[in-house]
Amino acid sequence: MLETLLPILIFAALGLAVIGAWRRVRLWRQGRPSAVPLLKGLAALPRRYLVDLHHVVERDKVMSNTHVATAGGFVAAAVLMILVHGFGLAQGVLGWLLLAASATMFVGSLFVARRRRNPPARLSKGPWMRLPKSLMAFSLSVFAITLPAVGILPADFGHWLLALALAAVVVWGLGEMVFGMTWGGPMKHAFAGALHLAFHRRAERFGEGNRSTGLKALNLDDEAAPLGVEKPADFTWNQLLGFDACVQCGRCEAMCPAFAAGQPLNPKKLIQDMVVGLAGGSDANYAGSPYPGKPVGEHHGTPHGPIVAREGKALVDAETLWSCTTCRACVEECPMMIEHVDAIVDMRRHLTLERGQTPNKGAEVLDNLIATDNPGGFDPGSRLHWAADLNLPLMADVKQAEVLLWLGDGAFDMRNQRTLRALVKVLRAAEVEFAVLGTEERDSGDVARRLGDEATFQSLAKRNITTLAKYRFQRIVTCDPHSFHVLGNEYGELGGQYEVRHHSTFIAELYDAGRLAFAPWKGGSVTYHDPCYLGRYNGEYEAPRNVLKALGIEVKEMERSGFRSRCCGGGGGAPITDIPGERRIPDMRMNDVKESGAELVAVGCPQCTAMLEGVVDATAEVRDIAELVADALVARPAVEAVDASRRNAGKTAEEVI
Amino acid sequence: MRPEQQGIEVAVLVSVGRHPITGRARRADQDARGLELALGLERQLPGSRVGLLHAGPRSEENESALRGYLGMGLDTLTLLEQAEGSDAIPALAEHLAAAPPQLVITGARAERGEGSGLLPYALAERLGWPLVNGLAAVEKVENGVATLLQALPRGQRRRLKVRLPAIVSVDAAAPAARQSAFGPARRAELAATPVPAEPDRELAEWQLAPARKRPKRLKIVKAASARDRFKAAAAKAEGGSGQVLEGVSAEQGAEAILKLLNEEGVLR
Ligand code: SF4
Ligand code: SF4
Repeated sequence: MLETLLPILIFAALGLAVIGAWRRVRLWRQGRPSAVPLLKGLAALPRRYLVDLHHVVERDKVMSNTHVATAGGFVAAAVLMILVHGFGLAQGVLGWLLLAASATMFVGSLFVARRRRNPPARLSKGPWMRLPKSLMAFSLSVFAITLPAVGILPADFGHWLLALALAAVVVWGLGEMVFGMTWGGPMKHAFAGALHLAFHRRAERFGEGNRSTGLKALNLDDEAAPLGVEKPADFTWNQLLGFDACVQCGRCEAMCPAFAAGQPLNPKKLIQDMVVGLAGGSDANYAGSPYPGKPVGEHHGTPHGPIVAREGKALVDAETLWSCTTCRACVEECPMMIEHVDAIVDMRRHLTLERGQTPNKGAEVLDNLIATDNPGGFDPGSRLHWAADLNLPLMADVKQAEVLLWLGDGAFDMRNQRTLRALVKVLRAAEVEFAVLGTEERDSGDVARRLGDEATFQSLAKRNITTLAKYRFQRIVTCDPHSFHVLGNEYGELGGQYEVRHHSTFIAELYDAGRLAFAPWKGGSVTYHDPCYLGRYNGEYEAPRNVLKALGIEVKEMERSGFRSRCCGGGGGAPITDIPGERRIPDMRMNDVKESGAELVAVGCPQCTAMLEGVVDATAEVRDIAELVADALVARPAVEAVDASRRNAGKTAEEVI
Repeated sequence: MRPEQQGIEVAVLVSVGRHPITGRARRADQDARGLELALGLERQLPGSRVGLLHAGPRSEENESALRGYLGMGLDTLTLLEQAEGSDAIPALAEHLAAAPPQLVITGARAERGEGSGLLPYALAERLGWPLVNGLAAVEKVENGVATLLQALPRGQRRRLKVRLPAIVSVDAAAPAARQSAFGPARRAELAATPVPAEPDRELAEWQLAPARKRPKRLKIVKAASARDRFKAAAAKAEGGSGQVLEGVSAEQGAEAILKLLNEEGVLR
């Protein structure tokens, strides 16, 4: 009986799955066009899945092995099942392979079940709780029906009742694993995830050591193009596809500083809300952690309805979007390679450019950027006042230099001016030929862009690019990772290609070249805080640590450091939009510092310095790497070899601070 | 029974502003507050209509500044196009008289040009309408009479009833302007009508020089303790040495003023 039933069941499930797939594809196609090479993407899929995706999944070893067994077993079992039971090709090795595949899958599903017994808070419950049982149903029933096929059991084994029961389990397994894959069950992640990897909007992020972190520019010349994302259908189709790939693993949630601070943001829920939006409906079925302080079930949306309501509630509330610090911890952690930050900024763009609803100090900061080219509204002519006694060479005078020192808006901030002075001292000690733009420099546009004001960003960027084009230099060096990121990764699309170095990278290079010498470190224990825009955005984790090592400092790492570093709370305009939570992000970070036992935290970003220094009752001192280096400078042993005039240049440097 | 509140027609006069630090053209702060007040009125009195009016030359710089107002959520701005240096008052008065709105709102003082703050007065005089300055809020409009709240120094408010049509001017006491959004600003229309330019003859005769900061009288505080110093700093300015002249002739008044100016060293 089963021999006749099985092909019918299998092909019926496959047929329904194809219909479901077609419906799902139609949902994604509501999005705006986005040109991606389809065939090339599909060809790259296996590599992206096996290498790039597993690189992320592997951070959790048990889960990684579980997934390999379950998913690998399933894919093999599904293909073989179609051959063996669908087409009746049980002879020879195929049947045995199918037994092996389904057994592997069963072992995997045992681990899935174990993890579901006491699931961590970040995992979604609901339908996900039945997944291990469904996996077992599929693997066990396939195993059982294959036993007679390979001749271990007689074909007429057991009672017809047993056969009927087995058929029911097969239906369950097929229902979840094949039908559910395209009709919206937990297994949807496999179908959407595979296509998402193939048609990813940032193909350049795949491959060893590659990253793609710059925001994509809005085309402001096309007046018909929407400014940002108002409704789910304003996302590109492959962004919608990406949202649909989410497995609700909650790794993003566990890393999100805003969520930990009790601000109304949870990146996982945000992605799920986008899925609700693209299909239409309410978030009542969501079975994970909510946005802190916002009960589930009160929001709803449609593909062509607004995401943020002008009045009342729609899919998400504006404060959810404004809580994000754009720290990319979620993106770094997401095994499905979903781009949360792109989506958040897209929606912010609409709020700022179309509605003029940048919260709190947002409007004031943007007005300042428009009128004075800096967020604080300071007189642009005073950008170099902190260096009145330093005699910094101006690009306008020298026209070319080896290094263009980009000051950033920290030039207006008294705390950061100390860092800048230290950096100048270091550069002079190493006899670097550098110059500054001085009053010709403008804000890089980082904050404007992350507040969604693409127009002001592009205006600042284009003017900066024009200014930079007047001069010749080999590289830009800056102590501001935000400027570093924007100049290095975001100006390119607007026509400005530069080689940019963070000051820690540059100092490390100078040290390696023997151009700096340091007195041994005598202070207490030190930890290092990775700035998001240096680490996750630009992959620079080593240079700052190398500099500290050269200073004789042994870094006491915090639990969350390197690519898992926790944000200081200063990015993405978050201090400006200032969405209240239960805790403050910088307080949590200084607590991390405290737990490391360090007495001093070395940083490499003016934002981090300001945020961490703003913590009351902190147990550690906050110093920029440039300051530590400047304090430790001693004359180089090889100084005799340098000719007299250069030595003089070195002397003035000592009077700098 | 609540008396019927009807929507009214509001015209907001806007100018091209000037940023106090960089001098870049922008939406003028007071005019933007005026528009904010008008938009609030539109919500308060359903059926009201807000129109934007500017008289002046059309240039790229001016246009982007004027679009700053449109970004607050309006579709059009009526631009009475004039040559640089023309007198805006006759053009505005003529335009307003041709299709009179019930309420005209304007900033108290322009940020560039003369900035004398006389425009609302000159317009009121020409049109023969009442003028209220320093407006803080429009409370209600009933049967052609508006109840207004006027801002006085130190946060005091005065309630006034004014028969419409009227002109009101706003200063920093009015609600702060909402953010201007790029999209609506870019899409909105500048409806330009050329108007005969009457050169401002008086202005042409003037000599213009960059303004200097007005000297501030130094408060000389003799205080022994930090507490006294703080009290002195926080105390409100007292016009202790002032003198009220009542029932004096014009000559006597002028003499008193002259004497004061000499004492203060303004005239030497
Ligand atoms: S967005 Fe990514 S990290 Fe977050 S729950 Fe979904 S799959 Fe997991
Ligand atoms: S970028 Fe950072 S703050 Fe924003 S959602 Fe992701 S983890 Fe949270």
